[in-house]
Amino acid sequence: MALLKEPDLGTPAKPGEATVSVEVDGHPVTVQEGTSVMRAAALSGIDVPKLCATDSLEAFGSCRLCLVEIDGRKGTPASCTTPVSEGMRVRTQTPRLEKLRQGVMELYISDHPLDCLTCAANGDCELQDMSGVVGLRQVRYGYEGENHLDLEKDTSNPYFDFDPSKCIACSRCVRACGEVQGTFALTIEGRGFESKVSAGAGEMFFDSECVSCGACVQACPTATLQEKSVVDLGMPNRTVLTTCAYCGVGCSFKAELRGDELVRMVPYKDGGANEGHSCVKGRFAFGYATHPDRVTTPMVRDSIDDEWREVDWDTAINRVASGFRELQDTYGQGAIGGITSSRCTNEEVYVVQKMVRAAFGNNNVDTCARVCHSPTGYGLKQTFGTSAGTQDFRSVAQADVIVVIGANPTDAHPVFASRMKRRLREGAKLVVLDPRRIDLVRSPYIEATHHLQLTPGTNVAVVNAMAHVVVTEGLVDESFVADRCEEFEEWAEFIARPENSPEAVEAITGVPAEELREAARLYATGGNAAIYYGLGVTEHSQGSTMVMGMANLAMATGNIGREGVGVNPLRGQNNVQGSCDMGSFPHELSGYRHVSDDAVREVFETLWDRPILSEPGLRIPNMFDSALDGSFRGLFVQGEDIAQSDPNIGHVHAALRAMDLVVVQDLFLNETAKFAHVFLPGTSFLEKDGTFTNAERRINRVRPVMSPKTGKDEWEVACEIARAMGYDMAYEHPREIMAEIASITPTFAGVSFEKLDKLGSVQWPCNDSAPEGTPTMHVDAFVRGKGKFVSTPFVATTERSTRKYPLLLTTGRILSQYNVGAQTRRTANNTWHAEDVLELHPHDADDRGISDGDRVSLSSRVGTTSLRAVISERMPVGVVYTTFHHPDTGANVVTTENSDWATNCPEYKVTAVQVGLARQAEVVAQ
Amino acid sequence: MTEETPPQVRLANEIAVQFHHRPPEQAAQAIAQHIRMFWDPRMKAALLRLAAADPNSLDPLALAATREIG
Repeated sequence: MALLKEPDLGTPAKPGEATVSVEVDGHPVTVQEGTSVMRAAALSGIDVPKLCATDSLEAFGSCRLCLVEIDGRKGTPASCTTPVSEGMRVRTQTPRLEKLRQGVMELYISDHPLDCLTCAANGDCELQDMSGVVGLRQVRYGYEGENHLDLEKDTSNPYFDFDPSKCIACSRCVRACGEVQGTFALTIEGRGFESKVSAGAGEMFFDSECVSCGACVQACPTATLQEKSVVDLGMPNRTVLTTCAYCGVGCSFKAELRGDELVRMVPYKDGGANEGHSCVKGRFAFGYATHPDRVTTPMVRDSIDDEWREVDWDTAINRVASGFRELQDTYGQGAIGGITSSRCTNEEVYVVQKMVRAAFGNNNVDTCARVCHSPTGYGLKQTFGTSAGTQDFRSVAQADVIVVIGANPTDAHPVFASRMKRRLREGAKLVVLDPRRIDLVRSPYIEATHHLQLTPGTNVAVVNAMAHVVVTEGLVDESFVADRCEEFEEWAEFIARPENSPEAVEAITGVPAEELREAARLYATGGNAAIYYGLGVTEHSQGSTMVMGMANLAMATGNIGREGVGVNPLRGQNNVQGSCDMGSFPHELSGYRHVSDDAVREVFETLWDRPILSEPGLRIPNMFDSALDGSFRGLFVQGEDIAQSDPNIGHVHAALRAMDLVVVQDLFLNETAKFAHVFLPGTSFLEKDGTFTNAERRINRVRPVMSPKTGKDEWEVACEIARAMGYDMAYEHPREIMAEIASITPTFAGVSFEKLDKLGSVQWPCNDSAPEGTPTMHVDAFVRGKGKFVSTPFVATTERSTRKYPLLLTTGRILSQYNVGAQTRRTANNTWHAEDVLELHPHDADDRGISDGDRVSLSSRVGTTSLRAVISERMPVGVVYTTFHHPDTGANVVTTENSDWATNCPEYKVTAVQVGLARQAEVVAQ
Repeated sequence: MTEETPPQVRLANEIAVQFHHRPPEQAAQAIAQHIRMFWDPRMKAALLRLAAADPNSLDPLALAATREIG
């Protein structure tokens, strides 16, 4: 499509019914109470000139350009700050207003460079537009007086420039940083003529608190804040609407191109997940798609010690097919399998799991959700009946109490974090359960009411203690439980036992009993209470138990089934939800239906014309174990770097080495490719055509911005492998794949590309009962009928601190990097985080003679690595923290084989370690 | 358990310990059902072999569960 310019109505919408009728320049319009005159005018088709107003920000009233006349009122009020009232008659175009506006514009232009023809924003500058709109023909003040034209440009940010000479001090950037992003990094420094935008206390942007979300750039009406890519490449001239490929928030973006060259990604205001906001990754870090490291030609080699040889697609596919068939002929049908990727589309994932089940003839398919949110799938299915979060993201705006457990949304899900922070600034209470003092605990205008700084590995003890308070202090929502749930009595008897009391578990959890009691009371009685959680819940030996514990707590207090409440996983990758939905787990077909269900299997067998095994296949860690015992010999890995991301890397590497045929499909020669025999080049999200499903079950379209650099779509490759193995699988277009998914998956029955193109997105279940999707689940009944209480005894992990390994390591993510860093390390995001570091408390550092910045060794019972120390009081004593974005650090060298009992999700969050100053020899050796 | 413990034994014992709060018969059934629902056939077969060869390596509830599976 041509360049999409979204309408800007000047001020935000107000909630409720449209009940106030006014007339603007003779045009009647009815709007919600509290709506500004400016917005009412825009809704009636009349754009009032403006500069400081934009509909993503509250009205400010500083530019004085939007003046109007209102019958019966004196003067010329600003239309952005004036609310409508019944019967109001407004005039936006009169000679008096024209003169006033011209006068205002004269002042602006007298202190603005007249370089429009060479300015990067030429054609996309509101100041330029408004000059035309108000009919500016002269500037009586001349250009020789005192001005800001010589102010120095700040180019320190890798993605955008700040040119203060072009600033009109409208404060849109400052307000966007606060209202939209919630960081408050920008301010207006000085007064009067000296007023200027400043990042922090007169710092350069790069050195400031700025998180490079791009909200200020988007809000800027001039070229003051401008993407470097626009400066370099010119203004884009066409738009492709698509979806971000980073975290599970799933932001909608306008990919803006100049010809065939992608110039910038701009968050889409109609995007259901992000509503016009973005983070540094989605907004700017897309350069990896065209990075020189991209491999675009298939490659093969006989041994992992050989050099790669480039081959054509047919040769590569035949090598894969014949190799896999030979392994099955020799070692049995179950000797091979595949791993699907949460970075691929639903359609690509579906086709790969179909390839495994129908062409390989087994259920040895798993997905990278195994190592992140598989406990969510298990726990929510047991209690609620389906494996998904209960709310849409908008729901947080109705929450009165927000409980964040084991999640760090400001780093890992920043766009959702901005929504959450907005609600917290409005007065919602915050409870944080985390060993670290994450940013949310105390940030501008936000302070957690309770930070339960628990010892790693004691989540279940804490959630049980909260539930104990609810049950023993009479805080249960009796009618909700009676009407909507089952097996409450047995659970209540269990949870009320003394061993679950806050006092009993205080010594284990480290959480003061009285504070835990207060937090539980707040959750139960503070109004709408919502739980948001991340991998700090799931990546434990009791990850699934903890998910069920949270579900119990929500049901007991009636915090399920309406806006503002719920149990909400914050998914790590863009399509974790989708890859699970598509039948990627070895025990489930699409829509979370067990392979042992004869009726379900028959549907697939009829459509696919192949028998499907009725017993589960191997999970990823089982594949590694089976590779080492010799029963599993070949693996297809779609877009996942298991040799870096999975725990106990030494074990993973040994398993990969033991296999006869490892096939990697990826953008880059990643760590896993070092163990591969065939490399199939993959496509970036900018080349994909399909859908992603985000953490709120929202199915979004992913549209190709460019044709596949590899010459093939990834789903085509899977189809060709299947055909080469004797199973006829073919589609003309990914919409046909979605049509097949919809035909056999009840929760997707109403989904089609046509519907998504029409509605923008839908949230599953989407079927005849909910043709436009389901924002909130379990409203009248749970998916399983009654919500089920499950007793969740706390069982301590076997991973404990010892004399040899006295500290506990927990791992996580940082804002600028993503997962194993394959994408973000190939962008300027690396500027912010060029290496993984180890955070530790000053006391632990002192004990070991470690100073900030020292190189330290990090050892566990399975391995040792070294990295730089950062001393931080965010850490509690006895706990250290690192990220796993860089392969040279290899944080997973030290993580262990421990896993969640129900799902085998690795216990990344608890590893007993020792830290010491690294000896030079160790550093060199590494 | 040590690093040399067969994975099937380690995993079965990790499941079993989660059901210690239940009456033994119920617990064994629940453990067996979990293994049936989520384990690949070769792992189940290996567990049964290991249970027969070295029953003491298994948590008593896991051992009881293998009888349900078998």
